[in-house]
Amino acid sequence: MEDVILTMKGIDKTFPGVHALNHVDFDVRRGEVHALMGENGAGKSTLMKVLTGICAKDSGEIVFEGRTVEFRSPGEAQEAGIVIVHQELNMIGHLTVAQNIFIGREPKRGLFIDDARMNKEAAKLFAQLRIDIDPKETMSNLTVAKQQMCEIAKAISHDAKVIIFDEPTAALTENEIEQLFAIIQDLRAKGYGIVYISHRMDEIKRITDRVTVMRDGQYIGTLITAECTKEDIISMMVGRVIYEDPKTENRCPPGAPVVLKVEHLNAGRLVRDVSFELHQGEILGFAGLVGAGRTETARALFGADPRDSGDIYIDGKKAEIHSPRDAVKAGIGYLSEDRKRFGAVLQKSVAENTTLASLQKFMKGIFIDKRREAGTAAEHVKALKTKTPDVEQPVKNLSGGNQQKVIIAKWLVSDARIMIFDEPTRGIDVGAKQEIYELMAKLAETGKSIIMISSELAEILRLSDRIIVMCEGRITGEMDIADATQEKIMAAATREIDQQRQAGAKEGSRP
Amino acid sequence: MENTMIKRKAARIAFIRSNTFQRLLLIAVLILLYAFFCAASPAFRRYTTLAYICNNMYYTLLLAIGVTFPIITGGTDLSMGTGLICYSLIGSYLMRMCGWPLWGAILATVLMGAAMGTVNGFGVAKLNIPPFIMTLGSMMFCRGMGSILTGGMSGTWPNYLEPGAGFRKIFRLVITADSGQRIPIPLGMVWMVLLAVIMTAVLNHTRTGRYIIGIGSGREALKLSGVNVVKWNMIAYIICGLFTGLAAVAYAGTFSNITPGEGAGFELNAIGAAIIGGTSMTGGSGSVFGAFLGVLLISLLQVGLPFIGLNANWQLLVTGCILMGAVTIDRLRKP
Repeated sequence: MEDVILTMKGIDKTFPGVHALNHVDFDVRRGEVHALMGENGAGKSTLMKVLTGICAKDSGEIVFEGRTVEFRSPGEAQEAGIVIVHQELNMIGHLTVAQNIFIGREPKRGLFIDDARMNKEAAKLFAQLRIDIDPKETMSNLTVAKQQMCEIAKAISHDAKVIIFDEPTAALTENEIEQLFAIIQDLRAKGYGIVYISHRMDEIKRITDRVTVMRDGQYIGTLITAECTKEDIISMMVGRVIYEDPKTENRCPPGAPVVLKVEHLNAGRLVRDVSFELHQGEILGFAGLVGAGRTETARALFGADPRDSGDIYIDGKKAEIHSPRDAVKAGIGYLSEDRKRFGAVLQKSVAENTTLASLQKFMKGIFIDKRREAGTAAEHVKALKTKTPDVEQPVKNLSGGNQQKVIIAKWLVSDARIMIFDEPTRGIDVGAKQEIYELMAKLAETGKSIIMISSELAEILRLSDRIIVMCEGRITGEMDIADATQEKIMAAATREIDQQRQAGAKEGSRP
Repeated sequence: MENTMIKRKAARIAFIRSNTFQRLLLIAVLILLYAFFCAASPAFRRYTTLAYICNNMYYTLLLAIGVTFPIITGGTDLSMGTGLICYSLIGSYLMRMCGWPLWGAILATVLMGAAMGTVNGFGVAKLNIPPFIMTLGSMMFCRGMGSILTGGMSGTWPNYLEPGAGFRKIFRLVITADSGQRIPIPLGMVWMVLLAVIMTAVLNHTRTGRYIIGIGSGREALKLSGVNVVKWNMIAYIICGLFTGLAAVAYAGTFSNITPGEGAGFELNAIGAAIIGGTSMTGGSGSVFGAFLGVLLISLLQVGLPFIGLNANWQLLVTGCILMGAVTIDRLRKP
């Protein structure tokens, strides 16, 4: 018999109007990485919230190390040895690494905090994890990846037995992911039980031992990772088979006019001498690692961040874009990677968000013509197949994919001809992803020109007509989809720093 | 079966969380409170008391309507109280010492409010100064300014016995019945309701309102949709300043005598009223009608409590409790 450390049985939870968990079973063994998968809204997060005491279950049983337990707060769960490493890290920026790790339980010497001992203990933890971080470093100076490692160290210092990773690689670069995986392998070997939540199928295949799939709040099944294929998992998640075939040819007609031309764009550290052209009806993929400067390029182009130099031409005419307002007027729409903050006004309705960028079109004298607004919103809900009970629904009640559709509708209503999709499917579940892809392809067919920034190679290869690769603020590769391979893109995305240093030195010598 | 029950439960919770519910709750409290005072004191039951309550709350009402807008953006305006005194002092000075006509003084008073609002808005929206600090500064500025310009003297506006007495009648019309009895008509209430209706329409049916609410709930998203966030944020403060100017006129019209150094704290009553009325202090939602009800409640307590033998200190204490109660209920309703 395997060494089961945690069992959840028949967990049931109802929120007003939603049966979030319907008799879900889940268990974790000592020394395994157990993936928990499912579309957004499938109930993964709720299940973990129930486990860690963030919300109470309606019924069911949790057995941890042979005892039936019921945690009433994350603190209690942590105390018992169940720790969650959140997607959004919970570190206090201006404290040091060691101070963060021991927060709330600082070792004391008399009345004072014993910083020396804290630093020593932290250093010991890092040595144990084979991580190179200075305990005295201020937290905000660390990269996201390092901060995450501090979270892991903190979890271990709590004497955790089960560690839950909630989409840990979302903000990491390839290299950092490798490091994280090495740590996770290490933890597994030491006998920790690990729950791994992720949407990234490759990762699941690589580092997990078992996969449990949930759908619509129900337990669907558990597979041995080594014995199943990606398609098996995906079909369990969505109840149907999806094939992600890459695009093989440029669908943008040859000779399509250039709608956007960017020349020698410079903005801060991460946008350096960026030049490119975008044709009508084209999907131009921007590939690269996280931090390559793609989002920064888009924001500078859109007027959201200041530009140091560079020219932007729209339809061959020089465009003066100094604010998002100018960009919108010029027919550009930007769909941010951070939908919650930059994309939609979450508390407001689908209708209000749909007209957000073009409210002036919905005026009847000084008043907003709400009937026409609702009508237009409803049309777009129908056309884009947005799942919402009605257009008065606050956008925050919609799933990620449907929020994205509302934002797409916003730019359609504002007649944007150039749409910049920044990580269009981040945090969107597999089924909805497919729909967004189809939608983007259709937009391109109808003559919209699309810039798509994506960190998922599969996404880049599936949608782009042409691909631009960036690395550390520069364009390091440009290729037609017909010639593009994963290897070529990755090679350009990690192009040697030396070459760039040289280029940078040359540039610096110019007056 | 189970589904319809869940739906019904969801609908009930949605209603409890809706602002309509808060408004209804407030109206119920108002009615109960009025009934209580009437039952407790025969003198309170008189029509003149009701007229008195109305007459006393015009300026707070205007302040509360005005401040609702900055609060919805996630800001506040502390300069209203001392500003009110400052503008009406200067208005009276212009009239008495510089020979300005009454209408000119009224106009100047209102415009001074709007100007201060513009300054506040510029500091908050354009220079990114935290609203609390910016308006704390202008609050002190106004307090000093009014006294300096008038040399520390009180100001007076026309009372019933002077030429220009019609000014007071804008707010409080007194008619003499056939029996010779003088009946005060709180005419100001008509203007207040009218302004509240107009500002409700501005908040809910115009671009100004839509964007001001948007700033409070999703400023960045609004900005990236091409909306000039700085401009609309500024407009929220200009509206507030304009209403402070109107409140200064209403104050002058009701009380005639303006004492320098007064006014501090008026803004807190107004802010408290807006919050009691369901406007969220963190921004993103709010209602002019709610602020109106909040002021009614505060004024009712202010006038009513002395009738049952409790002095002004009690009024403060009770208002404080109600304010805390209102935000507590708000928190409990929206976990």
